Amino acid sequence: MTDLPTDLTRATAADLAGALASGAISSVEVTQAHLDRIAAVDGQVHSYLHVDEAGALAQARAIDDRRQAGETLGALAGVPIAVKDVMTTKGLPTTCGSRILEGWIPPYDATVVSKLREAGLPILGKTNMDEFAMGSSTEHSAYGPSHNPWDLARIPGGSGGGSSSVLASFQAPLATGTDTGGSIRQPAAVTATVGTKPTYGGVSRYGLVALASSLDQAGPCGRTVLDTALLHAVMGGHDPMDSTSIDAPVPPVVEAARAASVKGMRIGVVKELGGEGYQPGVRARFDESVALLEELGAEVVEVSCPNFEYALAAYYLILPSEASSNLAKFDAMRYGMRVLPEGVDAPSAEQVMAATRDAGFGPEVKRRIILGTYALSSGYYDAYYGSAQKVRALIAQDFDNAYAQVDVLVSPTAPTTAFKLGDKLEDPMAMYLNDIATIPANLAGVPGMSIPSGLADEDGLPAGIQMLAPATKDDRLYSVGAALEAALVDRWGGPILDRAPVLGAAAAKGA
Amino acid sequence: MSVRGSGPWSGPEGLPHRLARMSSLSRDDVAHLAGLARIELSDAELDRMVGELGVILESVAKVQQAPTDGVAPMSHPMPLTNVTRPDVVRPSLGAEAVLAGAPESEQQRFSVPRILDED
Repeated sequence: MTDLPTDLTRATAADLAGALASGAISSVEVTQAHLDRIAAVDGQVHSYLHVDEAGALAQARAIDDRRQAGETLGALAGVPIAVKDVMTTKGLPTTCGSRILEGWIPPYDATVVSKLREAGLPILGKTNMDEFAMGSSTEHSAYGPSHNPWDLARIPGGSGGGSSSVLASFQAPLATGTDTGGSIRQPAAVTATVGTKPTYGGVSRYGLVALASSLDQAGPCGRTVLDTALLHAVMGGHDPMDSTSIDAPVPPVVEAARAASVKGMRIGVVKELGGEGYQPGVRARFDESVALLEELGAEVVEVSCPNFEYALAAYYLILPSEASSNLAKFDAMRYGMRVLPEGVDAPSAEQVMAATRDAGFGPEVKRRIILGTYALSSGYYDAYYGSAQKVRALIAQDFDNAYAQVDVLVSPTAPTTAFKLGDKLEDPMAMYLNDIATIPANLAGVPGMSIPSGLADEDGLPAGIQMLAPATKDDRLYSVGAALEAALVDRWGGPILDRAPVLGAAAAKGA
Repeated sequence: MSVRGSGPWSGPEGLPHRLARMSSLSRDDVAHLAGLARIELSDAELDRMVGELGVILESVAKVQQAPTDGVAPMSHPMPLTNVTRPDVVRPSLGAEAVLAGAPESEQQRFSVPRILDED
C-alpha cells in the first residue's frame, strides 16, 4: 500500500480508500482534515456555496461504525466528496448559482447523490457554478466567482469551476460535475485536474436541475484518472427514474484506468480542433502529449471532422431553445423566489412571474432564454432550430466516420489557459468560444475526458488534452488518460498540482 | 372577463407582434420576446440585450451555411422509443414536503396571485 502523505488532503481518493479499508485511518479523520482545509483556504478560492460540516461528519462517523461492525463497504466508502450545486440534495440548499433558488432546500436527492450516499461518501458541501450552468468561468454565479488556485485573479473554468477549484486547492479529493457543452472538461483543463463527461445516458439525470436535456450529462471530477474512474463507477448505471438512462452496466472504467495501456490503439488527432485561435503553449503541450502516446505504442493519425466548424453555432441555438423551455418552471408559484412588481396593486400571476424572473435570473440566463424563445418562434424555427438539428446530425456523422478509422480522438480541451476574471464578461461570444473543442461531444452524445497536459510556456498556467471515444466506450478514455498521465507524471517528476502556488492561512491573512 | 394579461407580451392593442424578418432584432422585438419568456426587462437591460443578441444571432446564423440538404434533423443523441415502467403504486413526496419550498401555501395548496383580470 502507498504511504499516505501527512496532510491527508494531498492524498488521492484511491490511496485514501485503501487506508480506510485497512483501518489505518478513519473517515472522520479524513473528513475533518478536509473541513479544516476548507476553513483555511475557501475564503480565498470561494469554491463552496454551502459547507455541511455536521452532515459530513455524521456520515463519516456512520461509515466508520459500519466498517468497525465488519460490513462490506463500497470501494470509496468514507472518502469525502464535493457536490455541484446543480444536483438536488435532500436537506441541503441547492441554488444552481441562482438567486431564484436562494434558500431552496430540495425534498429529494438526485439519483447521483443517492448513489454517493449509498456508497458511503460523506458530502462536504455544494460547489459554486455559473447560474444554471450557463458559462465558462463561474462569473455568472449570483454568489460571486470562484478563483483559480493557480492564480486567484483568474477563472477556474465553468460552469463547474467550484468543483475544479475544490480539487486544485485540495478542499476535496473528489467532486461531481455536469457537462452540457464542456462544463466538466474545460474547468478540469484550466486547473490541471481530471474530468469526464460520460456517454449521454451513462449517468442518471434525475434530480439534476436541467439546462438542456438532450445535452446535459453528469460526470466525475478528480485529481487523477484512477480516482475519476472510481467515482465514475459509483455515479454511473441505469436509473428507471431517467427514461434516457442507458440500460447497461457501467463500462469497465476502473479496469481500464488500472491497465493504463494504449498499445495497438489507433488515435486520431482532430484536424479542425487545434489550429487558429489556440494558444501556442496549449498547442505545444498537446503536441508533446500526442508524441508521448505514440511512444507508448499508439498509432496516431490525423482525422478530419469537417462539420465541427458549425458545432458552436448549432449548440448556441439548441441549448438556448431547450433552456428556455426547461427554465419556464421557475414561475414563482411552487418553489423559489417570488417578487411582486413595484407600483402594481393586486398584481396578476403573470406580472408576478415576470417581475420574479427579472429579479431572480442573471444577465446570461436572460440572454439565453430570450435567444431560445426567438429560435423556437414560428417563422424562425426552420431557419434556426431546424438547421441546428441538421447540423447536429452532421456532427454525429463526422464522429461515426472518424470512429470507423480510429479508436479514440484527441484535441486540446480548451483553446487557452485560464483568463483573468472579468476579461470576457462583457463579450458573450468570446466567452462561448471557450467551449469550441468540447461542444461536439455533447451534440453527438459521445464521452469525453480532460487531463492535464502540462503548463503553457507563455504564462505557466495549466493546459488540458481531451480524449473522445465512441458512445458507451467510456473505458477507452481511461485507457488513454491513465497511460498518458503516468508518462507525463514521470516526465514532470510528480503530480502537476505539486507546482501550484501554496494557499493557506499565511496568505489568507493578507487577503 | 379576460384571461389575457396586460403585460408586455401582448403587442400594441393586443395585436400579435410580428418579429423582424432579418436576424437583426429591434428593441421592440426583444421586448416582445422578453414578454413571451415572462421576463420584465428594465429599459437599460433591453438596450444592452438588443446589441448582444444581434452579435450572437449573426454568429449562430452560420448553421444556415452548413451542407444540410437532405439531412434528417437529430433531436437526441440516443434514439429511444417507448421507455415504459410497470404501472405500480410507489411512494411519492408528501404534501408537506412539496409545499415546504413554496413562496406561499394555504390549506395544503400552492397559494398564487390572481390569474384573471378584473374586467
